[in-house]
Amino acid sequence: MDLLRFSTAGSVDDGKSTLIGRLLFDSKGIFEDQLAAIERTSRRRGYNQVDLALLTDGLRAEREQGITIDVAYRYFATPRRKFIIADTPGHIQYTRNMVTGASTADLAIVLVDARNGVLEQSRRHAFIAALLGIPHIVVAVNKMDLVGYDEAVFERIRGEFSDWATKLPIKDLRFIPISALHGDNVVTRSLSMPWYQGPSLLYDLENVYIGSDRNLIDARFPVQWVIRPQSDEHHDFRGYAGQVAGGVFRTGDDVVVLPSGHRSRITRISTLDGELEAAAPPMSVIIELADDIDISRGSMLSRPHNQPMVTQELEATVCWMADAPLRPGGRYLLKHTTRTVKAIVDELRYAIDVNTLHREAAPELDLNAIGRVRLRTSDKLMLDEYRDSRTTGGFVLIDEATSDTVGAGMIVRSGPEQHIEVA
Amino acid sequence: MTIALTNARDIQSRMSHLDALEAESVFIMREVAAEFQSPVLLFSGGKDSIVMLRIAEKAFRPARFPFPLMHVDTGHNFPEVIDFRDRRVAELGERLVVASVQESIDKGRVREEPGNPSRNRLQTTTLLDAIQEHGFDAVFGGARRDEEKARAKERVFSLRDEFGQWDPKSQRPELWSLYNGRIRRGQHMRVFPISNWTEMDVWQYIEREALEVPSIYYAHEREVFRRDSMWLAPSDFLPRGEEERLERMVVRYRTVGDMTCTGAVSSTAANVVEIIAEVAAARITERGATRADDAFSETSMEDRKREGYF
Repeated sequence: MDLLRFSTAGSVDDGKSTLIGRLLFDSKGIFEDQLAAIERTSRRRGYNQVDLALLTDGLRAEREQGITIDVAYRYFATPRRKFIIADTPGHIQYTRNMVTGASTADLAIVLVDARNGVLEQSRRHAFIAALLGIPHIVVAVNKMDLVGYDEAVFERIRGEFSDWATKLPIKDLRFIPISALHGDNVVTRSLSMPWYQGPSLLYDLENVYIGSDRNLIDARFPVQWVIRPQSDEHHDFRGYAGQVAGGVFRTGDDVVVLPSGHRSRITRISTLDGELEAAAPPMSVIIELADDIDISRGSMLSRPHNQPMVTQELEATVCWMADAPLRPGGRYLLKHTTRTVKAIVDELRYAIDVNTLHREAAPELDLNAIGRVRLRTSDKLMLDEYRDSRTTGGFVLIDEATSDTVGAGMIVRSGPEQHIEVA
Repeated sequence: MTIALTNARDIQSRMSHLDALEAESVFIMREVAAEFQSPVLLFSGGKDSIVMLRIAEKAFRPARFPFPLMHVDTGHNFPEVIDFRDRRVAELGERLVVASVQESIDKGRVREEPGNPSRNRLQTTTLLDAIQEHGFDAVFGGARRDEEKARAKERVFSLRDEFGQWDPKSQRPELWSLYNGRIRRGQHMRVFPISNWTEMDVWQYIEREALEVPSIYYAHEREVFRRDSMWLAPSDFLPRGEEERLERMVVRYRTVGDMTCTGAVSSTAANVVEIIAEVAAARITERGATRADDAFSETSMEDRKREGYF
């Protein structure tokens, strides 16, 4: 049985909580005491029905204000798969929470209210999902019961959304007409929409193929920690511990150590459970090499004929997550894989309007804004473009004074800027 | 090239959800070892911390753990659990620090509430004192997000201020697997490597890895009495009212905490396979079924976490 991580985004009234509640309830992910607790609260507040949003809104402020502020993680399983839901708020002021939830998701569910058609909020969710490289996006056209289960409504939304989404790099875009409230096409196929021939939402979640979504070509192994037991039994043992970020490493492979460029050969790949012939993402393993060379945390093992860009300059799309804005000239710490370096913002090229996708000149990036920046770093980084690898193409920016995480970056291009000679 | 791709796919298709969870947890532990000066792992003898110990073996063997273990001992523990704790630590050959709530009481650091036999809340002071005394800057806890709704919102790296307090409103965004381990003087980090595991995952992992757990997790005969819709075991530190009559029942514990506030459940599950079947059929959460301390209010866990609780 494998694991699927998916994200949802939404706000009050679009049916997200009802949808999650139904997925959890129908798969026994909600327990009786949890249900009893939210029934009590709903009654006390004088609601007519049980408010399933109370299940996901775990913080006092959220419950008091009736809004979702932060990312909540939910868990359920069916006989086919285990699921982790990153449940995020949908309002623009929580863009950073949506970005956070999307960063680890294999699939995103974008909710559209069938009565309202494709609104700004749904477009924003799809844009963020595409930006964060989520390979599969399911547009759930909800509240079909309120439009008489009308096929024309669904088709119109599908057409409009598809046209708009051609601007986005989405690998796999699907549409499902549902009613979360009545359960139509959520777990089982709906009898009310015989014109819809596709699978239910849960069937899609259980069966979407994610095996090819990880980068299995570019071999990358960021060294996390060096294991040196210094005991009599393991006197000469020197193992490089880490999680495979991309590609496949095999015993006997020639490797290059970056940034130094030294070459060596893999003599052994192992875990506590014994020796392995090969390791692929996302395995956490220990690699031993034939030569005793200088390797420490922050080094990266790669293959001689397929290396990442080793550079101190990069261009990235950044989502800003702090109250104090990002400005050109700003200095931050940049954490990329297991390496943390200093970075300077050389240029803020433009901001992106997350609703229209338009680029616009901007003097700074405010909280929740997304823009394109050029950065220069104090030390070399081993980079891939984000579209090739979410692990070696993503980074965070940290404010050195407050130690807070202030930005999330996705590498668009690495290396020095290409100057075009103008005659 | 084609062969390489096929193999990579084969490797991936052989990975189970437990392999994926384990790989993530191992990664988190190694990040902490690399980025902090003085981490410590909280080991209570409960099933979640037993899984954490196994993850630590996976992360650091054949070397020793780059941190000690610590037990916050309320003095109200099940004797079976303390026996198990000491045996497991000896087998692993690792170092155990015991932080004692009784000592905190004796030193006047905390006072027991009259009429409240639970030392659950007092643990926070003992824990924070021990963190300060030993200079720990990162503390591994076995909390899981499926346990409780405040925990569902907590980060894997959860920053605590000088008073050990959690501020849910100013949590750092946590993206990809890039954990920000920077702290200022006086702060420390709580780290939850098995955040994404469920109760079921924990039991399946215990089965797969053939891990020993304290005997009280398995069905056994025990004298218990009913209080606040929970079956509690009698002990010296838990005064019993006249109407609270002892009954002999076949029970087991779904969680292991203080004897005074951890309830038993009626069960005949005598081995891991039977427990997995029972968990699969359970209709009540583990904390709801067994913890008196969570029943106070809808936000009692959030309140305790804000004060520095695990």
